[in-house]
Amino acid sequence: MARILSILVGLFFTVALAWAFVNGAYIQITEPTGPTAEHEFHLHPKDVHFASDGPFGKFDNQQLQRGFQVYKEVCAACHSLEYVAFRDLAQLGYTDAEVKAIAAGFSVPGVDPNTGESTMVPGTPTDYFPKPFANDVAARAANNNAVPPDLSLIAKARHNGPAYVYSLLTGYRDQPAELVKEFPGSKTPPGLHYNPYFANLNLAMPPPLTTDGQVEYSDGTKATVDQMAKDVSAFLVWTAEPKLEKRKQTGWAVLGFLLFATILGYMSYRSIWADKKH
Amino acid sequence: MSFPWANEYKPSHPFMKWMDEKLPLPRLVYNSVGGGYPVPRNLNYFWNFGFLALICLTIQIVTGIVMAMHYAANTAVAFETIEHTVRDVNWGWLFRYAHANGASAFFVVIYIHIFRGFYYGSYKAPREMVWLLGVVIFLLMMATAFMGYVLPWGQMSFWGAKVITGLFGAIPLVGEPLQQWLLGGFAPDNAALNRFFSLHYLLPFVIVGVVVLHIWALHIPGSSNPTGVEVKTESDTVPFYPYYIAKDGWAVGAFAILFAAAVFFFPNSLGHPDNYIPANPMSTPAHIVPEWYFWPFYAILRAFTQNFFFIPAKLMGVLAMFGAILVWFFLPWLDKSPVRSGSYRPTYKKFFWFGLIPAMAVLFYCGGAPAEEPFVMLSQIAALYYFAHFLIILPIVSAIEKPLPLPYSITESVLGHDEGAQLRAAHGATEAVHSDATPAT
Amino acid sequence: MAEEDGVRRRDFINIAAVSAAGVAGVGVVVPLVSQMSASADVLAASSTEVDISAIEPGQAIKAVFRKQPVFVRNLTPTEIKEANAVDISSLRDPQTLAERTKEGKENWLITMGVCTHLGCVPLGAGEGENRGEFGGYFCPCHGSSYDTAARIRKGPAPKNLEVPEYEFTSDTVVKIG
Repeated sequence: MARILSILVGLFFTVALAWAFVNGAYIQITEPTGPTAEHEFHLHPKDVHFASDGPFGKFDNQQLQRGFQVYKEVCAACHSLEYVAFRDLAQLGYTDAEVKAIAAGFSVPGVDPNTGESTMVPGTPTDYFPKPFANDVAARAANNNAVPPDLSLIAKARHNGPAYVYSLLTGYRDQPAELVKEFPGSKTPPGLHYNPYFANLNLAMPPPLTTDGQVEYSDGTKATVDQMAKDVSAFLVWTAEPKLEKRKQTGWAVLGFLLFATILGYMSYRSIWADKKH
Repeated sequence: MSFPWANEYKPSHPFMKWMDEKLPLPRLVYNSVGGGYPVPRNLNYFWNFGFLALICLTIQIVTGIVMAMHYAANTAVAFETIEHTVRDVNWGWLFRYAHANGASAFFVVIYIHIFRGFYYGSYKAPREMVWLLGVVIFLLMMATAFMGYVLPWGQMSFWGAKVITGLFGAIPLVGEPLQQWLLGGFAPDNAALNRFFSLHYLLPFVIVGVVVLHIWALHIPGSSNPTGVEVKTESDTVPFYPYYIAKDGWAVGAFAILFAAAVFFFPNSLGHPDNYIPANPMSTPAHIVPEWYFWPFYAILRAFTQNFFFIPAKLMGVLAMFGAILVWFFLPWLDKSPVRSGSYRPTYKKFFWFGLIPAMAVLFYCGGAPAEEPFVMLSQIAALYYFAHFLIILPIVSAIEKPLPLPYSITESVLGHDEGAQLRAAHGATEAVHSDATPAT
Repeated sequence: MAEEDGVRRRDFINIAAVSAAGVAGVGVVVPLVSQMSASADVLAASSTEVDISAIEPGQAIKAVFRKQPVFVRNLTPTEIKEANAVDISSLRDPQTLAERTKEGKENWLITMGVCTHLGCVPLGAGEGENRGEFGGYFCPCHGSSYDTAARIRKGPAPKNLEVPEYEFTSDTVVKIG
């Protein structure tokens, strides 16, 4: 009885699935879904390496400082860095005085001590990077109806984030003629910019790094577009996870100990079971 | 109960004697995981995963309590409090990654534990209750994990909450009010986040309770073993302490190495990048997927693309998704074969290795893939096999299969001979505590 | 003999394995305890700058330092004289006013506004508040009275109001912490 019942329930589900399968197959054959421009022209991020990659990766403070400079002089105009405080910059090798000076160079929201009104005051090390726009509506209004995303976590918020940022910054180009030929409806709309590394190929951000020497590096590194893109990507790896280096170093100590303890545990297990066949 | 030859707890220190009279907790421990619990001597490494699951539960509760100390369940700040934990709290990054990857580790371990049960017939009499309680634990784990994933209030948190509560909306008549009741609103917001946090904190302790029952129920017949032949004599068993403590101990070390490698070197590999974007109710991610451990069931949900007679596709999907787990409750009665272990069931074994395992693998893969062809059609075939396996194949195979001859006892399977037991059995002395299933040979 | 050695070696391995598990346990306790101590953002916010230019002699203000009140008081010459007239040996927590202020700035008494008894905020910093019978601060919770150098004179508090670390960064700005 139970067996018959179970087979009936089983038939209910399997027949429903078979029916769905047959229908799906029929639709596939009669109206196959055509390719889309995104499918054919979207590119995976370029292969690019950073000092922080890999299990032994460490931050390259010189590069992070350069990347910070690019962020400050180029990206900060539109992109916030909400979760990073000025005091965190000390980890990049800046002295306390330098951190203080950097902070003071930014205006952060504050209160006028005499009137109590909201105003902008010079930042202090405990302040967080200020947002360039008061709110999303203001951000949209100023940026062709797109909100520039916060960059603190961008390196973790995209697949292969660091390479994605680098590829996006260096990936702007004219829309390929064959794309427009194949998909006439997918012509880049006015105000948007073609970039094959962006998910839907057209993004609102105009190319931010356009000319070599756009930023003047103090350490003598030549500020090519490629170099600036790499540096700012490296900086964003740090903003996304300032504890990355500590994590990997702790990891090796923990793994070393665990390996030792596990070998001891295994030897102990073997000695305890030595007289028991199993 | 236990076997007659089980060591008895004999406290020697006066304090332990006093304790034994007033509250025999040490005795309970001794009889549960100490020298007083005889365990089959032939357990293989698949039997370590129960203990590992307990370790995972402990990791999750400890790291979870730490996370809760730094978290605030409010949509305005939830995301920020997690970032604060990771960036500024001492070792906060470690607890965050250990808790997030701990959930994955727990499911890896529990899936192996469950499939061990499928293969070796651990669900069969006299261990039906152990199995039923285990399925309850699995359901509780899924609920806990789902709600925990909502708490960081990232994009996947939000849309996961929306989609999963949306499933309840498929139920006829009560669906919509039920969904609204679950969320405390029209869409996931503060009310939902707060109750999810409350329940996410509560459920693990409910799981602890059911785990106690699970282990209690296990100790009544004792552990099963890879031959599926029940324990007959003392030479079939070894005391849990020190034998299995030592084996579980080193297995925990091996597990810890893999777990540490994930936490310290690949902490985000199993997560979804979109959850590092704060929740935005106005914009859906391009490709919503749940955490990997839900993928097989998510694939089953999505496999139902066609209305079936008067039943809408959405409802079919929901029914099938829950049905896929609920069917496990009936396993002890669907599989009537008197032989427990798959090792002695040639036909069942084939269906297990060449049917169920590949079907699960396909469901895992398709559940994480976008809802396009060929993934939908593949998951339809795999889901079809899944239901056929448990509801049609298993009952029929268990009725007609001719099992291989079983060893007389565990001792015989290990040593190749067991004169002691056979001699005594011949003289009519029955040490056998449970009558064994006799194969229909 | 050989068998005995074997037994001893086995014991040693087991003891070593259990010890390793113990070390792991201790290793887990370290972050578990440490996570509860003040986080980096809290520690970073542990200094504060106060503008004292507007405080007239005889007045005091409450500022915030480490999420607690700090009293900044501009003592009058009479108050300084009163404080210096006290016999140090008669005090519960013997300290001179000079020890509790910066050289050349004896009129600036900067103390935590936290009663050393059980942590209430004493009265006396605000205009018109009860300064107690010694003219300094008075804690209404359990009646501790502090004098004009904020030293404990009467009541249950064991110590003088604490003087935090501070320095004058200019004539009008004090950096506390």
